[in-house]
Amino acid sequence: MKTLHKFHGGVHPPEHKAESNGLPIAAAPLPRRLVVPLRQHIGAPARAVVKVGDRVLKGQMIGAADGFISAAVHAPTSGIVSAVDLHAVPHPSALPDLCITIEADGEERWIEHQPLDYLAAGRDAVRARLRDFGVVGLGGAVFPTSVKLDPCALKIGTLVLNGAECEPWITSDDRLMRERAAEIVEGIKIMTHLVQPEQVLIGIENNKPEAVAAMRTACRDTGFQVMAVPTQYPGGGEKQLIQVLTGKEVPSGGRPANIGVLCANTGTAYTVHRAVNHGEPVISRVVTVTGNVEKPQNFEVLIGTPIGEVVQLAGGAKTGTSHYILGGPMMGFDLNNLATPLAKAVNCVIAASPALFPPKPAAVPCIRCGQCAQVCPCSLQPMELFWFSQSRNFDKARGYNLFDCIECGCCSYVCPSHIPLVSYYRFAKSEIAAQEREKRAAEQAKARFEFKQLREEREKAEKAARFAEKAAAAKATAGAEGEDPAAAAKKAAIQAAVERAKAKKAEAAAQAAGQCDVTPMAAVETPAESLSPCPLPPTGEGDLEPLRDGSLNPTESP
Amino acid sequence: MLSAILVMILLGVVLGAILGYASIKFKVKGNPLVEKVGAVLPQTQCGQCGYAGCGPYAEAVAKGEAAPNLCVPGGDAVAKNLADLLGVEFQPVGGSEGAGPKPKQVAFIDENNCIGCTACIKACPVDAIVGASKLMHTVLPDRCTGCELCVPACPVDCISMVPLEESIANWKWRYPVIEIKKAA
Repeated sequence: MKTLHKFHGGVHPPEHKAESNGLPIAAAPLPRRLVVPLRQHIGAPARAVVKVGDRVLKGQMIGAADGFISAAVHAPTSGIVSAVDLHAVPHPSALPDLCITIEADGEERWIEHQPLDYLAAGRDAVRARLRDFGVVGLGGAVFPTSVKLDPCALKIGTLVLNGAECEPWITSDDRLMRERAAEIVEGIKIMTHLVQPEQVLIGIENNKPEAVAAMRTACRDTGFQVMAVPTQYPGGGEKQLIQVLTGKEVPSGGRPANIGVLCANTGTAYTVHRAVNHGEPVISRVVTVTGNVEKPQNFEVLIGTPIGEVVQLAGGAKTGTSHYILGGPMMGFDLNNLATPLAKAVNCVIAASPALFPPKPAAVPCIRCGQCAQVCPCSLQPMELFWFSQSRNFDKARGYNLFDCIECGCCSYVCPSHIPLVSYYRFAKSEIAAQEREKRAAEQAKARFEFKQLREEREKAEKAARFAEKAAAAKATAGAEGEDPAAAAKKAAIQAAVERAKAKKAEAAAQAAGQCDVTPMAAVETPAESLSPCPLPPTGEGDLEPLRDGSLNPTESP
Repeated sequence: MLSAILVMILLGVVLGAILGYASIKFKVKGNPLVEKVGAVLPQTQCGQCGYAGCGPYAEAVAKGEAAPNLCVPGGDAVAKNLADLLGVEFQPVGGSEGAGPKPKQVAFIDENNCIGCTACIKACPVDAIVGASKLMHTVLPDRCTGCELCVPACPVDCISMVPLEESIANWKWRYPVIEIKKAA
């Protein structure tokens, strides 16, 4: 048996797992209407490929992956697309986002299932399958799995499967591992085929003995090691679990791949199996409905089902429910609209009541007790980060490794002053991100401005060169072919005029010398006359030249 | 005595040669302050400071010819940063405090009224407007800096500035505030 390691800090909040982990996963009935958000993953949102009025089949792609870091979304049931518009989505901002609404026809007609033989198909084909079947990390970050399983140049020595599920109340991974261990293992085999690790470690917290046993049975003869890790929040954090299982710490600002480790959720492994071996895209997920509800239980719910209906599955909220929490109580956020659809990232819906979640007392000033630093699993100094975030001293906060914070909430949990520490870190992080965005935009604008100037100058130079060339050519033809009679006549006339003017000028000068009388006419005429014999076309006319063949003149069409 | 003088002369010659070589070899081209000032400016290229874009303004500020509080889109935040950078006293933009950066806007072309004259395309300093003669034009919102230079250029007044709406892509967590409970 491999020895386990420890991570720094951590807390032991009341688990509340027993409420919902006793009953098997129940299938949810088909809702009448499903709203599928196009942004259900990190990266670029999917691009809608259906329009209002289209008839779609269950599992049909309705949003295609757009860009490298992206994943597709699919119709959770057969029906008719009734809207492609902004709708409330599960997001802490409560802002609406682009969603596709499908009116279910109740027939549940599937697309044709096309399993992929992953051993025969190339790895790129398997990754393309995961991307087009909407497989994303179901542990919470919803990072596209196709990108994660791309080893690139990095050698992956250890594949870690995360079944720790450390957040209180949530039991969806627990039930999934108990009931569908064999299928999860099939998914792990596909992942192993893609990244070729030397060892596969499956980490499950020891408060889930049934899940550990089920996974051990399923992993017999596979070489995958199922390890029961001590129950301690946030033991299911990617970096924390890796540290517990391998003893290696992910470097600051780095990713697990930097130390040759890749971490994926067990729920993701299950969807990988369904997508590859059964040709079923991610159109449903297991959700824990718990808290202040009649019958807390796990349900397999179609993506896009309104949360209000999900709550009804568990018998509805009991009296005294004040609000709903999506995700766990430590890292989740409050839901403010029950019409919000279920997305791939939502693993738990908690009906909260003041009895279960007593409101936090008002925050009082920090007393610098240092308890937050003792529990921080990332070995940060939360009190310093708090000071700098509060005073908007973002550079300093960054210097104290703000971006290594995983927002687990341990510091807020233990803070005797009840300061919402994580809220400050989130604020500081998003301000810094906005500043970076602005800086990038400014740099881009500068580059575009400079390029435009360069281009304008180049065009000017080219135009001047063109005229010079033309003039030179005209001169050359005039010199070579002798003088054209008309031109010669014109030239003679001009010459005569110049002579006349000169004579006039001389006369005027003589007169002026004689009589001290100025003739204004002659003085004005002279420069005008002396300009006319210029062999080059006048510059003013030359500037208008491009307008004749260019775009501005409305009388000519190209 | 003599040896001391010789040593000092030798030292002077050697060190002088090193310094002379370094001043040629490691000469800083251009004024590094211009770059720093440019990095602080929002690069909208709007010309509201009276200079033809952020580059010329940065040069003028670095030379001390222009005041550091002329950038209208940057508002007081940029003026403050520039004052810090130059070591001068902060003066609010437009003479009065509170000229925060303007809410970010982008130009919007009413495509029904656009006559396709290309005047705005020429006015745009960052090439954020696409279109061709006698075909309608449109603004690339991701590239638009909100400088408003295209607005007066339009002969049919079909360009308007619209504030950038908050969406999930640009949403920011708010500063945590403690809600004050109503006294019962």
